[in-house]
Amino acid sequence: MDVRSMWGSRRRSRCRTTLAGSAVLLLVILFSCSSASAIPAFARKYGMPCSSCHEAWPKLSPFGQQFKDNGYQMGNDRDAPIFQSPAYWPIALRITPNWHLEHNENTIVDGPGGPNSTTATVTTRGFDFTGMDFLTAGTLAKNFSFLLVPSSDETGAFHFESVNVRFDNLFGSTWANIKVGKFELDNLLSEKRILALSSNGGFYQNYHFQPWLAPGSPSPSYVFGLGDNQLGIEWMGHSKNDRTRVSAALLQGTDGNPDFQSGIGGAAGRGYEGYIAASQAFEIGSLGLQRVGGFAYFGQAPTFPQYTQNDGAAIFGTGIGNKPYYRAGFIGMWYFKKLDFTTMYFYGHDNVFLATGTQSNLGADGLPTGAHAPSWNGALIETHYTWSPQLVLINRYELIRMKQQTLDTNPGDLGNVDALTFGFRYYPFINTRAGFAFHNEYSIVWNRKVQISPTTGLPIDLTSNSLFFGLDFIF
Amino acid sequence: MRNMLIAKLGLLIALTFILPASTLGQQADQPAAQPAKHMESHIGNLTGDSDAGRLLYFRYCWGCHGPHGDGNGENAPYVTPQPRNFVAATFKCRSTPTGTLPTDEDLYNSLKRGFNFTNMPSWLALTSQERANLVAFIKTFSPRWVTEKPGTPIQIPAEPALTIASIKHGGELFQKLECWKCHGQEGRGDGPSASTLTDSNDQPIRPYNFTSTNRSKCGRTNPELYKIFMTGLDGTPMPSFADVVKPEDAWDLVHYLRTLQYNNPSPELAMWESTAEGKAIVAAKRVAKYTETGSGVKP
Repeated sequence: MDVRSMWGSRRRSRCRTTLAGSAVLLLVILFSCSSASAIPAFARKYGMPCSSCHEAWPKLSPFGQQFKDNGYQMGNDRDAPIFQSPAYWPIALRITPNWHLEHNENTIVDGPGGPNSTTATVTTRGFDFTGMDFLTAGTLAKNFSFLLVPSSDETGAFHFESVNVRFDNLFGSTWANIKVGKFELDNLLSEKRILALSSNGGFYQNYHFQPWLAPGSPSPSYVFGLGDNQLGIEWMGHSKNDRTRVSAALLQGTDGNPDFQSGIGGAAGRGYEGYIAASQAFEIGSLGLQRVGGFAYFGQAPTFPQYTQNDGAAIFGTGIGNKPYYRAGFIGMWYFKKLDFTTMYFYGHDNVFLATGTQSNLGADGLPTGAHAPSWNGALIETHYTWSPQLVLINRYELIRMKQQTLDTNPGDLGNVDALTFGFRYYPFINTRAGFAFHNEYSIVWNRKVQISPTTGLPIDLTSNSLFFGLDFIF
Repeated sequence: MRNMLIAKLGLLIALTFILPASTLGQQADQPAAQPAKHMESHIGNLTGDSDAGRLLYFRYCWGCHGPHGDGNGENAPYVTPQPRNFVAATFKCRSTPTGTLPTDEDLYNSLKRGFNFTNMPSWLALTSQERANLVAFIKTFSPRWVTEKPGTPIQIPAEPALTIASIKHGGELFQKLECWKCHGQEGRGDGPSASTLTDSNDQPIRPYNFTSTNRSKCGRTNPELYKIFMTGLDGTPMPSFADVVKPEDAWDLVHYLRTLQYNNPSPELAMWESTAEGKAIVAAKRVAKYTETGSGVKP
């Protein structure tokens, strides 16, 4: 389930408080997507407890990853629907009633001097609930699998988060699997299976970061999130024991949005993008299964529409003047028995025309003075201590550091991010029918110099805290 | 006085016999051997530890095999065939003679391979050490692992050269040994006795369908197939033929059984199809093919 989608409306209210703050949050809303999560329908189908496929649901175990990579098949020649009771229905749902607190410092608010004339520390809290995911997945026949996830935000507005069909084990080979539709990228660190749920901690900062044009002005021209489900076709291959995994995808440049919409600007939809990922796992004695891998996303986004109508509205899918961007990184998953660390290095780069929102047909002369192609580095360390299948402690720290600002006039640390999340999930029971977790989490995010103080006119930080207690259930 | 003496003598005789007998009775009433609380497994260079295996068991296995290892997990009523009862310690896939305990490696290989047409998947995704730990823990459920030693693995002679004669002789053995009664004349698992078969839990069990896959219950290689009918599948109606079939005959049977797997290429099938007789038989079977996946006839 996508926690970001759960928090859409609350974020919207916050958006009104500050332009810069809203930009951060707006990006999250726009990137909103949902997930595969845990699927008790599989537990019911195979009679296995959640803990078989999930180290702590929704995070997959190596066995669960293999099951997923094999097209939701155990490989027992009993995976096809023909072997199930006709009453079996491969559907599950997940939602999380909760109490949460949001504490935002340097929020720009109305004051005696007029609208948005001062800053304040704003705290909101209370009972709430998240959006809901329907998770339907399984096999249509042997080696034909599917995933369909209608997902709603907390207002009940639905969209399709995942819609895909996968041809598994083509030619009898585990190295030939083709998936078509809308799907999660083959991210080793899956944002769809994230163990944090709060509005600050429920997504990976590195997966969604885009550089700021200037303090108070977010990147204007395209929308992309590595954690977002994308539209396209994916080839994926893996060794039988899943130790080696490789994938490559050809994707529509719409960040997963239908009808050739980009989610912002309306000009996108003409370009294709690419994503590759590979990883290798290896055993170290009794410590567990270690895994290292790398990934790269090669994107392109149009800078202006070829056609507009109704006085300037872009016709979707007619964007031209494509300019590139890319993301790349390395990841390691290190196990020391019950303790595991995930480490990730991340690098991002945007073309200067994208970063400045300049039409490419204007050439270099159209660029703002002192404009550069921005680039940045990121890092993540996420720790889990799995005391037992029923209790997992979670800790995560992320940072993003700008290497090259878009404009010379920007502060050197504009857009830098630090994010800390910790908490625990307790599963009072584990069975083969449903899942339930007490979720407890605190998260804080520092966004550096992303807004301008209405009183001093200087760039100031935006700091957001989240405290979250949820009853996370899936059936 | 004499009567008294006789009575005392009788009492003495009685005590002489009864006391030891009562002692024997006490011995008989002593509790049966208990399962070991801690076990190890040894697979190659790996040493499995049951304490570590316990954590894994209660993550992966208890849903079917149950918290006490007796095959009565919460999902057992919905699983066919029923999950293995580790308390009984009767295992299908062994390298050891029928009626004996399997080796640690046998159990390890079962975990690695899984059992097709059952709910037991392959646990290949686990690490080798994890599988070894699970084997060690499984052995803590039954006292048999305390009172008995695993059987000695059977010797598998080298596979003789594949010939048409060996395939045909295997076919004759298939008839002679009445394999067809359960497995059916075409190996589809639909012989006349098939519907009457039950396992050691008195649950219906279906004979193996050779046409469905090239994986047998206990492996996919020729030596693994050989092993099945020389060790039997304990807990099922599939007996051991070790006392009935000579090794060279067993290999002939292996060669013939491969030709029943007409959807899966093998040297045996290729050789069989190279003959006019074999080609006609296999072609007839292929036309008559039905699949359990519901994908229909595919001539």
